[in-house]
Amino acid sequence: MSTDTTSAIGPVEGGGYDVDNPAPYIEAPRKRTGRTPRATRGNFEMAAWLFMRLSGVVLVVLVLGHLLIQLFLDGGVSKIGFAFVAGRWASPFWQVWDLLMLWLAMLHGANGLRTVINDYAERANTRLWLKGLLYTATVFTILLGTLVIFTFDPNIR
Amino acid sequence: MPAGTLYRGREGMWSWVAHRVTGVLIFFFLFVHVLDTALVRVSPEAYDEVVATYKTPIVALLEYGLVAAILFHALNGLRVIAVDFWSKGPRYQKQMLWTVVGIWVVLMAGSLYPVLGHAARELFGS
Repeated sequence: MSTDTTSAIGPVEGGGYDVDNPAPYIEAPRKRTGRTPRATRGNFEMAAWLFMRLSGVVLVVLVLGHLLIQLFLDGGVSKIGFAFVAGRWASPFWQVWDLLMLWLAMLHGANGLRTVINDYAERANTRLWLKGLLYTATVFTILLGTLVIFTFDPNIR
Repeated sequence: MPAGTLYRGREGMWSWVAHRVTGVLIFFFLFVHVLDTALVRVSPEAYDEVVATYKTPIVALLEYGLVAAILFHALNGLRVIAVDFWSKGPRYQKQMLWTVVGIWVVLMAGSLYPVLGHAARELFGS
């Protein structure tokens, strides 16, 4: 690769100046050249930003539907019990609904709390420990909930 | 509070604060909710015993608060998406917030009886 494209400043010695070009040519500061280091980070934050919006739209439907069934229709919270859960999870439709809601809500909430920790925990060590606790609790809860949905036994007793 | 931050107040900042607060509250509830539901793998009695506490008047009030937090977070979340993706979103963010608040008030009024009716009957008799 020639020095013409890798240097941010054009050759000073050796002329090139004239009435129309009285100063050395300086490339735009952000121009990518052969010397620009490769990006060390991916687009994780952009992906997380997009995930919050996409999962949010889906969660509006899943969570409001869940609330309507559990807290509003057929006597609201009064009807909930083991038999009611068994009745709903007898259907693969509601199993998939609840599984999707569990995963999306946990990841949406975990990313939200990650943002909050990044905003308010000023010491690097504090951030490390809070996020470690957050990720541990998140993985545990997602796995526990998934296990419960897949291994539910209506005849447990 | 971190130094050097600039809080501008008004609709934009306060809706952001409310979105944060409701989001954190909902997330903490979600942990508890997955744990209580996991009791169906212990025994029907263990699950029914815990759910019975959810049917008391005090917890009914908490459930009304949960509905309030989720409805605001859902409606304001849709507003945030509109601000980000709709070309005129930023210009109408205030109007959209007051629309969110209006819909929220109507839905919360409509939720009074379905969510709190059983608690009122228990407290004041039917």
